[in-house]
Amino acid sequence: MYKILKNEQLNENSFEMELEAPLVVNKAMPGQFVILMAKEDSERIPLTIYDYDQEKGILSVIYQVVGASTKELSKTNDELFSVTGPLGNPNEICANIDEFKNKKIVYVAGGVGIAPVYPQVKYLKEKGIDVDVIYGARSKELLLIQDKIEDVSKNVMYATDDGSFGTKGFVTTILEENIKKYDICVAIGPVIMMKNVCDLTKKYNLKTIVSMNPIMVDGSGMCGACRCEVEGKTKFACIHGPEFDGHKVNFEKALKRLNTYKEEEQEKMKQMEANHE
Amino acid sequence: MNNDTKVKMRVQSPESRVTNFEEVSYGYNDEEALKEASRCLHCANPRCVKGCPVNIQIPEFIKAIKENNIKEAYEIISLSSSLPAVCGRVCPQEKQCEKMCIKGFKSDAIAIGSLERYVADRAIKDNLTSVSKKESNGKKVAVVGSGPSGLSCAYELAKEGFQVTIYEVLHKAGGVLTYGIPEFRLPKRIVENEVNKLKELGVEIKTDVPVGNAITIDELKKEYDAIFLGTGAGLPKFMNIPGEDANGVFSANEILTRINLMNAYKEDSKTPIKKAKVAYVIGGGNVAMDAVRSLKRLGIETHLMYRRSEEELPARKEEVEHAKEEQIIFNLLTNPVEILTDDNNNVIGMNVVDMELGEAGEDGRRSVSEKEESLHKVDCDMVVMALGTSPNHEALKYSDIKLDDRGLIVVEESKTSLENVYAGGDIVTGAATVILAMEAGKKAAHEIIEKI
Repeated sequence: MYKILKNEQLNENSFEMELEAPLVVNKAMPGQFVILMAKEDSERIPLTIYDYDQEKGILSVIYQVVGASTKELSKTNDELFSVTGPLGNPNEICANIDEFKNKKIVYVAGGVGIAPVYPQVKYLKEKGIDVDVIYGARSKELLLIQDKIEDVSKNVMYATDDGSFGTKGFVTTILEENIKKYDICVAIGPVIMMKNVCDLTKKYNLKTIVSMNPIMVDGSGMCGACRCEVEGKTKFACIHGPEFDGHKVNFEKALKRLNTYKEEEQEKMKQMEANHE
Repeated sequence: MNNDTKVKMRVQSPESRVTNFEEVSYGYNDEEALKEASRCLHCANPRCVKGCPVNIQIPEFIKAIKENNIKEAYEIISLSSSLPAVCGRVCPQEKQCEKMCIKGFKSDAIAIGSLERYVADRAIKDNLTSVSKKESNGKKVAVVGSGPSGLSCAYELAKEGFQVTIYEVLHKAGGVLTYGIPEFRLPKRIVENEVNKLKELGVEIKTDVPVGNAITIDELKKEYDAIFLGTGAGLPKFMNIPGEDANGVFSANEILTRINLMNAYKEDSKTPIKKAKVAYVIGGGNVAMDAVRSLKRLGIETHLMYRRSEEELPARKEEVEHAKEEQIIFNLLTNPVEILTDDNNNVIGMNVVDMELGEAGEDGRRSVSEKEESLHKVDCDMVVMALGTSPNHEALKYSDIKLDDRGLIVVEESKTSLENVYAGGDIVTGAATVILAMEAGKKAAHEIIEKI
């Protein structure tokens, strides 16, 4: 069992959870993920690590309530049945600092994608590397952890679809204006956003790393549910990723694969609502 | 009863069992076990023992059954095997002990597996314990993976007084016994019972730990006197044919994990399983049988597609028979070449070809080739690949352990290239059976006992 220290609603459907999980964070690196289970009979939920404190053994994740299982997570306040991690590989830049220390790096985050972006930016800052961040959401109310991200990046540029904060438009609008400044880009967010960023950066030949978040069961390579096509080959996001060279990812297929359990999910949500859970 | 015929095990009727996940075979009752045990000739030079990978003293335990001394029978089995209730259910006995049984030449072989299961189940029911544990020797061993090889290695070591810690990445122990083999063939309470037996021996089980990422083998080496790697078979294989990434194409591992580990077959399960109408499972091994029979129980029209003929099916004979009784449709000598999809990338069918068998190759298996102009289409909305696995190196991350060109760990006896690190089971041999993995775990344990 893993003690929940905090499970706080950040906005309409995003939550931040802090957990006691010393073995998980002991060797965690930005870019890796964890799998959470609320109870013994719950679904396994993969989430990219948001923050961690290795001294105190504390892990933080930000998640969105999108279905029955994340809803259950949002209502769990004492302890979690299972927390497994760190899983997957560390971010390429964070793991190879020397290679990238003289490069100009831009992070592009969409929506809740700011959560996995944050530990990378923080880690790089601690190593003396300042990066730019472009952060987009549908509207102002949906922007998360602004204080924290501004603490670790001197240049955070915002875009909202409705213009309620920062530039009116998409992250790609800002990225395109500044694109020539950068040597490398990391884009994390909804699949469609990562696709749009990659379509743009491909034109400018700007290397772009993306973090894939497909359906997963075990997260250790066993089930193959998370497979995605990278450079025409089948890769498992859990053990070969979750980060890949965005210019090599087949986003069309990734988008469609996300719908695998759509009907089943909708049915579960209806059931839950009927039971007033 | 004719002494030439074995006592048949009572089973749930096919009509009823395809509607539930309860165990198919009921197991012998006392009377049936006694009857079957009486058929044993107690050969002076028992061939069956040689056929058993862990060399259970078969005639002796059968003799104890005859004498109605179940405790003794259980003790005899336990000397050689740590998981009798499991092996009695899932061992391919017809290829091992029962194949060697002298009775089998002229009549039915003794139903050794059924008798083993009987003894193990009685032991659970009567709460018999068999194991005496030696005093602690102060030595610590880490076992990576809680599948059959890890459990059996831990068992042997714990009995000898070692302090054993098992590391498991999933939230439940048991490895393939828990996530892979379905409830109707191996009830999870049996596995839990075996795992609890280990805990009673003082073995600590740490679930949720991805060795490699959370703690490396080098780090484990600092904490423990020896390490056993029993990380199992690994990554599911796919066919590399067009359409394989469609929605509705799954690995058998995924289907079985959802159903067994995550209980997706239960109405109130939080983990979904695709509600398909027609499913094809591709492959012919035990995993294929487990997947196809599980899907059948969810009310799906299920087909098993295998490129060779029935004779070459690698699955355990009993599973094939049970699958047939359950009206699984066998599409033999057939192979998919393309998975067909609609605009949303959902599976709507497959293009398949007929196959024909050729001469037997060096490995004794007959070659197989595509029949000309045999391409045709089948309709379905689910395809499940049960084609075996390739090694998973996650647990070996950041270590420079020696691997062969297939990616399997190289061992001498059970010793790997790293000092005090041993390995066994599927990560050494490639995908095999529960009993062979158990044998490997046991062997490694005895090497550790001698060396450390």
